[in-house]
Amino acid sequence: MSLLSVRNLSVAFPTQNGWFQAVEGINLTVNPNEILAIVGESGSGKSVAMLALMNLLPPQARITCDELVLDGKNLLQLTATERRRLNGGTVAMIFQEPMTSLNPCFTVGYQIDEAVKTHVGGGRKERKEQVLSLLESVGIPDPARRYDAYPHQMSGGMSQRAMIAMALAGQPKLLIADEPTTALDVTVQAQILELLLKLQQQFQMGLILITHDMGVVAETAQQVVVQYAGQQVEKNSAYELFNHPHHPYTAALLSALPERALPTGLLPTIPGLVPGQHNRPQGCLFAPRCAYQQARCQTEVPALAQQQQGWIRCFYPLETETML
Amino acid sequence: MLKFIFNKLLMLIPTLLGITLAAFLFVRLLPGDPVTVLTGERGVSVERKAELMAQLGLDQPLIVQYGYYLKNILSGDFGQSIATHKPVIDEFFSRLPATLELAFAAMLIAVLLGVPAGIIAAIKRGHWPDHVVMGVALTGYSMPIFWWGLLLIILFSTTLGWTPVSGRIDLIKYYFEAETNFMLIDAWRSGQAGAFGSVVHHLILPAVVLSTIPMAVIARQTRSAMLEVLGEDYIRTAYAKGLSPTRVIMVHALRNALITVVTVIGLQVGSLMAGAVLTETIFAWPGIGKWMIEAIARRDYPAVQGGLLFIAVAVMLVNLLVDVLYGWINPRVRDGK
Repeated sequence: MSLLSVRNLSVAFPTQNGWFQAVEGINLTVNPNEILAIVGESGSGKSVAMLALMNLLPPQARITCDELVLDGKNLLQLTATERRRLNGGTVAMIFQEPMTSLNPCFTVGYQIDEAVKTHVGGGRKERKEQVLSLLESVGIPDPARRYDAYPHQMSGGMSQRAMIAMALAGQPKLLIADEPTTALDVTVQAQILELLLKLQQQFQMGLILITHDMGVVAETAQQVVVQYAGQQVEKNSAYELFNHPHHPYTAALLSALPERALPTGLLPTIPGLVPGQHNRPQGCLFAPRCAYQQARCQTEVPALAQQQQGWIRCFYPLETETML
Repeated sequence: MLKFIFNKLLMLIPTLLGITLAAFLFVRLLPGDPVTVLTGERGVSVERKAELMAQLGLDQPLIVQYGYYLKNILSGDFGQSIATHKPVIDEFFSRLPATLELAFAAMLIAVLLGVPAGIIAAIKRGHWPDHVVMGVALTGYSMPIFWWGLLLIILFSTTLGWTPVSGRIDLIKYYFEAETNFMLIDAWRSGQAGAFGSVVHHLILPAVVLSTIPMAVIARQTRSAMLEVLGEDYIRTAYAKGLSPTRVIMVHALRNALITVVTVIGLQVGSLMAGAVLTETIFAWPGIGKWMIEAIARRDYPAVQGGLLFIAVAVMLVNLLVDVLYGWINPRVRDGK
């Protein structure tokens, strides 16, 4: 049985000019101990979808969903309080900005202890030992000293490690990492990613990794979802997706990787911008930027359909093998 | 931390020097002089007046008078009240407890009602509780104290008869020696049944009047500080951890919002002293404010100068206390230096 199953999740926000559809009909399945990567440009609705899953969106957001099952529990039937209790326990999340995600007024130890207290319990002394061992397992040197450190006394990488320790405190079955390395120094990025993968193996967690680093995806994920303007455009196993991208957007993303740069030394780019609220195309959302677009693409909306090896939202999926 | 406090104390010196000069000049800018007030409507001969002025040292050039004043302050002599011939410092400190009692009660009311009101307004932003709190706060802030005080006296004292019109205790029923001059403490220690209750009874209305403006300011500041903090990433983290909304708001958000609110509370102490002048006059409250008004009316130069200086010192000490408290609340300031 899958750990997480999401069917037709949509999120809209009210704006002065009506509803803005941030996420449109997302389907996700994560198996236990599996890594699913979600890639896409900024504004493609990756984070919003995850926050909707955690029920962390502001109350004015309109969330609709046909099915939302986590670890055998139907989240749609739970009250807000019951869903809140799952947060940090069954499902935990780490965020993009570790420096602002920790409360500046409390010590790191206190903030991790809160999670332990909420989800594991135990006496003061046991909990402290638990927190220290968590700090140790995320590779924070001298945990006893770091326990009493305030967030401003720690580097970005250290803060992200503390955030990971906090997420692990409730022994989650699913960990959502929302661009966990984007805000960090390049040298630290690899370390944090490596740590996440190690812990995922160690604790046998499902992991949803949101990123725009295709290189990271290739190395880590089993399943990949490519998202564009709030829609999923392609879903496939990592191997298939990288070797046989079928959606023109996926193909364009992959060919923009520096490793795949053309012999001329120029990086191919995708012309244009992700459509916003006011310039959403009538047909396929990617059509205006697509090198392969046809007349039909501008008037009809393609559905996400099972084609060839995976799920693709395109009338004319690419068949040619691209070179790796 | 000690160095921080020492530096702050050092910075008080030039400020205090400025205040002595301002107090000295302002009181002399008022038309009239102490001798004219003392001698009353019939007046005295020109010679007698000159004699009296010379006695008080007021015949000297201003710069010389100021020099003497400074010299005396440095040797700890704040002068004698022209009206009572008692040392200004004694006059001040015998009245200070009454004002402190009133100010402390007012601040307590302002914080205990203002902070929760601000929190509620922030959580219910844009809904009716927010509008009610902000409406009341704006009204309170705009209300002139003397007018507001009189309105409350008319309603609660005259019409409903719930509270006394003035004074600190029911003098007909209770009598005890003043030990600390804090009426609450003295009444408690006297052991007389009902004395403490009577003091509280007398304290409520003036304290409410004096608390109105600080309460309005604190409520508004708490609201805006909470609104800002509630949008922070660490609030989302706290929710993601599975903490209850109550805990997120009252622990994670409030602690950060208090950093701003404490600063505002400190700044309100100054305006509290200004409000005390009016409140004490309305309620015949025998504190510093009423004493200052009387001293000004009598052109009692030493009393006004001394009173202003002491009030300034008190306000600055409170602000220093707030700075220290600020470092305690905000860990980033603590080792920022």
